[in-house]
Amino acid sequence: MFLARVAGTVVATRKDERLQGMKLLLVVPITPDGEDEAGYHVAVDTVHAGNRETVICVRGSSARMAEGIGDCPVDTAIIGIVDHADLDEA
Amino acid sequence: MDLARVVGTVVSTVKDSQLEGLKLLLIRPVDPEGEFTGPAMIGLDAVGAGSGETVFYVTGKEASFAFLPDHVPADVSVVAIVDAVHESTDLRGKRRVK
Repeated sequence: MFLARVAGTVVATRKDERLQGMKLLLVVPITPDGEDEAGYHVAVDTVHAGNRETVICVRGSSARMAEGIGDCPVDTAIIGIVDHADLDEA
Repeated sequence: MDLARVVGTVVSTVKDSQLEGLKLLLIRPVDPEGEFTGPAMIGLDAVGAGSGETVFYVTGKEASFAFLPDHVPADVSVVAIVDAVHESTDLRGKRRVK
């Protein structure tokens, strides 16, 4: 799993029918300190995350184990909203 | 499976119901000497690992197998706490080059 920040939404009208009704969000991976890392992902939101929130994303076939995804063609899902991430003292 | 060190925790109230009661750890991959080799990631704790401990973790769908019979949406799970790592020399008697 990785930490990410919700950076926007993705709207797609023509898509796999199993994706109907799913909320697609654009997420940017971040470090535990909140710094943006390179790249973007399109993730299915299962926890009603909002813009700019820090979230937990799961990748690969494990993403299909998130609630309500089942056999959909999904490889990245948002499965939690982060209250806080604490790094130990170095 | 790869070695990592526990460097922190993640707290989340709103999350997938299968994650209720499970501990989310921030882990960073390390080499056998304990030097960090990559960025931090979130691992789901299956063994009660704590801060500063060296662990090994499994990635991919197999990560969720650590929590069977529950079907947990995990792609990184901490499955063991490492007591010691002994790195042997290779067949030529030299240490493996990193």
